[in-house]
Amino acid sequence: MARKLNLRIWRGNSVDGGLQNITVDANEGEVVLDVIHRVQAEQMNDLAVRWNCKAGKCGSCSMEINGKPRLACMTQVASFEEDETITLTPLRAFPVIKDLVTDVSFNYKKAMEIPAYEAPANLKPGEARMQQVDVERSQEFRKCIECFLCQDTCHVIRDHEENKKSFAGPRFFIRIAELDMHPLDTLRNRKQKAQEEHGLGMCNITKCCTEVCPEHIRITDNAIIPMKERVVDVKYDPARWLGSKIRKRDGIL
Amino acid sequence: MATGVFSSGRAKISERTLRTDRWWLQPAFTVLVLFSFIVYATFRAFENAHYFVEPLISPFYSPCLSTGCVTGSSLLGQPLGVYHIFGMMISPSLFILIFPLGFRLTCYYYRKAYYRSFWFSPPACAVAEPHSKYTGETRAPLIMQNAHRWFFYAGCVFNVILTVDAILAFRNEHNQWGHMSVGTLVLLANATFLWLYSASCHTCRHTIGGRLRNFSAHPIRYKLWTYVSILNHKHQNFAWVSLFGVALADLYVRQVSAGSITNLYFF
Ligand code: SF4
Ligand code: SF4
Ligand code: FES
Ligand code: FES
Repeated sequence: MARKLNLRIWRGNSVDGGLQNITVDANEGEVVLDVIHRVQAEQMNDLAVRWNCKAGKCGSCSMEINGKPRLACMTQVASFEEDETITLTPLRAFPVIKDLVTDVSFNYKKAMEIPAYEAPANLKPGEARMQQVDVERSQEFRKCIECFLCQDTCHVIRDHEENKKSFAGPRFFIRIAELDMHPLDTLRNRKQKAQEEHGLGMCNITKCCTEVCPEHIRITDNAIIPMKERVVDVKYDPARWLGSKIRKRDGIL
Repeated sequence: MATGVFSSGRAKISERTLRTDRWWLQPAFTVLVLFSFIVYATFRAFENAHYFVEPLISPFYSPCLSTGCVTGSSLLGQPLGVYHIFGMMISPSLFILIFPLGFRLTCYYYRKAYYRSFWFSPPACAVAEPHSKYTGETRAPLIMQNAHRWFFYAGCVFNVILTVDAILAFRNEHNQWGHMSVGTLVLLANATFLWLYSASCHTCRHTIGGRLRNFSAHPIRYKLWTYVSILNHKHQNFAWVSLFGVALADLYVRQVSAGSITNLYFF
């Protein structure tokens, strides 16, 4: 059954812009991205929106819907009241390019700052063997679709532009955790780097990243807090520090 | 200079948030409950009365370590004397409350709760915080949050003491064993909630197995880690339940000790 939908869409560029009201038809079963496409086809031909899969798997259609960071292709029109006006804006933590499209290159820079997996020197490609229990924990983090909704909602950078240089953000804390929990990775200073270079200490575990993640990755509980505890092991726990000096190991078996 | 969502280059939107739901409900509720607890706990810590009545002791006063403690209430002896400030005797509760207080203040869950509700950092997700600067837990005093594990260890010692208190409550007013009252149940429930709170703690999860890189080499710790992880998923619930548990257990002992209710015996 078709219905009329009231939208408020942010239109503009990096210099100026504002919210514009518009009414559009919506059919049963449609998602917000469908409706945006109808607006584009019928009323605003030059409306910019980024999308690819329409299946919640490419992470392209991230935007803010009624002020909440969400995937437009996974937000059902039916979840809004008949008389509700739905506000659509670009992600508010990143520079806007045009309309609903933002420049998320901050995230690619941060990704490059994280040292890659380092295989043991005596293993040739194809020789690595790992047990399922040892990789299970980090498999959760591999579900990430890089939508950057967690990065967008994180107040450390959303509310403080100046923190961007020293803070990698939740998406990259799960990357660091994945590597630090990797049974074969040989790089031993990931914990120190997480704290000193990637800004793990700036996170105050308020869990907004976890709340918005469309893949339901438990970012804070399973990656950030375990990493914070690992940092305590090597930096703030004198007993473990002493133990690691005596027994000559990095504290992590 | 404008920062945050008002930084230049970002989409020009004047609202601090465009959320339309009642996002302020949760922080408001958290403030209300935590504040009430703080008021009650402060009153009781300073009251220095009605904390012991055979065989029950209030969790706010156990172990009672000062020579000012009422007879029979000192499980671990009385190594501390009686001290006064401005002519007022320092309540024996104040010597020990620092440990459970520190445990909860540095708890990962409570940190989330008070950073959001009391400090608005952030008040809710995608709602701009009012502070112009933010350094998180990187410097003093908040870098002290990294001491959580020491409070966790202290918390476990307190759990043992409060469990002993609950076992001692299987006596009657004349110190004879083999009895059970409503007070026994109250102290048992309190100790159980506290154990669940500690066992579900993130530091516990890390210590028991989380810090390992190879679970396969440590099958027992891996098994324990999976159990603690299940509890850990509910840590927030245990945090609240155990908070209410402590306050209610104290209130019960207080009312019995003050004579306003009778501690009913089952046998
Ligand atoms: S939990 Fe930490 S990383 Fe996640 S949104 Fe909050 S501050 Fe950012
Ligand atoms: S962790 Fe979740 S929210 Fe963050 S980028 Fe990956 S899928 Fe998106
Ligand atoms: S279009 Fe791919 S996640 Fe929405
Ligand atoms: S008690 Fe809450 S995390 Fe340790």
